[in-house]
Amino acid sequence: MKKPFELHADYQPESFEFTKAYQKKIKDVIALYPPGRQQSAVMPLLDLAQRQVGEEGAKATPVYGGWIPRAAMDHIAEILDMPAVKVYEVATFYSMYNLAPVGKHLVQICTTTPCWLNGSDGVVKTCKDKLGIQMNETTEDGQFTIMEVECLGACVNAPMVQINDDYYEDLTPETMAELIDILGQDMKPTVGSQKGRACSMAASGPTVMLEGAKKAKVV
Amino acid sequence: MPKLTINDIEVEVEPGTSILQAAEQIGIEIPRFCYHDRLSVPANCRMCLVEVSPGPPKPAASCAMACGEGMVVKTDSDMVKQARKGVMEMLLINHPLDCPICDQGGECDLQDQAVAYGYDRSRYHENKRAVKDKELGPLVNTVMTRCINCTRCVRFAEEIAGTPVLGQFNRGEEAEIGTFIDQVVDTELSGNMVDICPVGALTSKPYQFKARSWELRKTDTIDVHDAVGCNIRVDARGREVMRVLPRLHEEINEEWINDRSRFSYDGLSKARLDRPYIRDEKTGVMSESSWDEAFAVIKSKLAKVKGSEIAGLAGDLVSVEEMYAFKDFLHGLGSKDMDCRTDGSMIDPRVRGGYVMNSGIEAIEEADAILLVGVNPRYEGTLVDTRIRKAVRENGAKVALVGEACDLTYRYEHVGDSPADLEKLAKARSGFAKILKDAKKPVMIVGSGAYARADGAAVQALCHAAAEKLKVVRKDWNGFNVLQNAASRVGGLDIGFVPAKEGRGLAHILAGTKDGSVKAMFLLGADEFNARAEIGWKCFTVYVGHHGDHGAERADVILPSAAYTEQDGLYVNAEGRPQLARAAVTPPGEARSGWSIFRALSAVLGKALSYDTLAQLREEMVKHYPHLELIDERGANEWAVFDSKAKVSGDVFALPVRNFYLTNAICRASDTMRKCVGAFHASEVLEAAE
Repeated sequence: MKKPFELHADYQPESFEFTKAYQKKIKDVIALYPPGRQQSAVMPLLDLAQRQVGEEGAKATPVYGGWIPRAAMDHIAEILDMPAVKVYEVATFYSMYNLAPVGKHLVQICTTTPCWLNGSDGVVKTCKDKLGIQMNETTEDGQFTIMEVECLGACVNAPMVQINDDYYEDLTPETMAELIDILGQDMKPTVGSQKGRACSMAASGPTVMLEGAKKAKVV
Repeated sequence: MPKLTINDIEVEVEPGTSILQAAEQIGIEIPRFCYHDRLSVPANCRMCLVEVSPGPPKPAASCAMACGEGMVVKTDSDMVKQARKGVMEMLLINHPLDCPICDQGGECDLQDQAVAYGYDRSRYHENKRAVKDKELGPLVNTVMTRCINCTRCVRFAEEIAGTPVLGQFNRGEEAEIGTFIDQVVDTELSGNMVDICPVGALTSKPYQFKARSWELRKTDTIDVHDAVGCNIRVDARGREVMRVLPRLHEEINEEWINDRSRFSYDGLSKARLDRPYIRDEKTGVMSESSWDEAFAVIKSKLAKVKGSEIAGLAGDLVSVEEMYAFKDFLHGLGSKDMDCRTDGSMIDPRVRGGYVMNSGIEAIEEADAILLVGVNPRYEGTLVDTRIRKAVRENGAKVALVGEACDLTYRYEHVGDSPADLEKLAKARSGFAKILKDAKKPVMIVGSGAYARADGAAVQALCHAAAEKLKVVRKDWNGFNVLQNAASRVGGLDIGFVPAKEGRGLAHILAGTKDGSVKAMFLLGADEFNARAEIGWKCFTVYVGHHGDHGAERADVILPSAAYTEQDGLYVNAEGRPQLARAAVTPPGEARSGWSIFRALSAVLGKALSYDTLAQLREEMVKHYPHLELIDERGANEWAVFDSKAKVSGDVFALPVRNFYLTNAICRASDTMRKCVGAFHASEVLEAAE
């Protein structure tokens, strides 16, 4: 999916600096790579930039979620001593980097085959109807953005969505609506299966390796 | 040395050779799009698939797979043919079928390989994607829908041109090449991206919709816009030059040329002198005339002038033969005052090692320490600059500059900007002086502008002394290079187009035109100084040249001559290598080749030159200068250190080329070059206007 962004839009800040706390994280990340190979840190740094913006956004009015301004990409290029265009290349390639502002809660709905077979269409419809927005749009209060993504690897618990860093699985239109309500009130819903099953275990409880399951205290 | 079998032929190759290269060595063609000899290997087009055993039972990309001992490679098995067809079909999913209106048509890799390796029809009937075109400046036209994402241009911009502004953005079907942020690709080599683009995504803007490759007459010749002597091919239709392309020469330009050489050709058909002109003495108005009338005027004017009162200056674009005939002509009239150093250079013509590149251009890429003196190699010898960049990228060569700071795209240490700083560096024991002394192959590149100053002779002595001190000149290695700026300069110095004993050089000749000691002046394509201001108004001036530029503006009589694309001629490049330029088209109107003008005029003046044809001229010339016969050969040059009694002044080194796109009469007549100035030198144009 092509990400909508504008380089000269009003929302692009003129400059970007990492905060003190993040500067320390950056230092640690760069230190993971051998000298002269610091460019390898470009992906973690982009992620950190997005997180920092997201933290600032949570306190702003209206709120917004984590995204990477162009100034941040230029700043990262400077830090890592690499051409800015190489940072742009990486940032545009990966779908998890947002290059334009998104809502505080970025709802990524999986619509790939297993989720679709299990009713992701209903989940999509609930999101659209409840929030009054279409795909890749943000609600006016800046709380929610919905977008369609390809398989996120939780097929056993289909259908599922990812909201910021968390997976919400085994969804139905009703539980999806509930999730939106809870998040809209700035509360934290239960992460994982909404049907109450542990991880991707069968709904009726473990059927094999019962000893191990007992030891792990999942039953 | 791994030994492998390709299509039942055994071949032994250097370790690290890719299968594709090995196949090429034994004459087996493997189709490719993304692979390019001089660029890094991304292996993303998948066109070069071959069958390799032992290995997984699937085709492998031969460009990225190194040869291994005992490999058995098949490039024409059913599996390979099938794989190629599949890749080709995928590449064509989104490629538009607009070959009839595409400038690349007829010389398109995709077209050729689709015919040779593809299916004859497609199974995809979905709509093709469209990609927005990018604005890359006045030279490169983009039709991005045609792009097959081979990333050759991206790698070229970063690796060869040193301007990493192109990239591949997004992914999957949305993947596209661009600059992301709107900016032109600010490099003097952008035209080469047109050449390496295997499809019609990047095409030449000035050549857009002008001609088809098969209609053009191709002539192999030499470029004269700088002294590098790039090998070029001039494509002409009728008597018009339609485009200029680079030609392979590993020791000089590899396969690149700069944008000025490539795109200034439209200047060849503008502001041309196509017939003789005579200035009316009373009104000062120029009017057309015949050759006979023009010669008659010259004869009558010279009747009262003594030989010692005649002088001659030769410009930047003229061939060795023209200068040789000009020199003979002036000698015949009894003149000793002549100069080819119209940039005001004080360079000493006696020691050849002092005015050429002794290491040669190719050797620069092996250098491990490079000292630049008063030069911006990017502007004064773009293809020398690519070698320096290569040395920096591949050898980690250290570069330092004494002179005006400029943007060279690679890192350099700025150690000073005046001759005094060079003197200091030569005496130093640490810093860059130590790096040079310790280097295996140190190179020093002095710009021609470094000697074009009043104390030029002293600066030259200083440079030679510094080269000795810094151990740039050794028993088995001479890394001292003078990067000349003008194509004619080395040739002119070689044949001694400089003041003979007791003769006068540029400064004195120009002074003489004002004080009356020079009464008649001949200019051979000499446009690089302000003739109107510098030549006294009483001096009778004859201009022989091809463009109505500075020289013609001042002239009393204009004799039209042929440009470099219109006559055969010898040019000696900056490394002292004689090369032959060949006529691609005929000169316009009544213009004649330069040497024949002097031959004809000499007969009118009763001092006929001894040769009637260019062959005879060359025969006589090589008798005196035997090295000029050794075309494309570069011998060793003598080397000397001069007495450096004279003091150098503290003035900083001035760069001779301020505006890369307007360095000679052809460029100044070219619309394309004017557009480039607007696009790439916009800030400087504004400054000049303020």
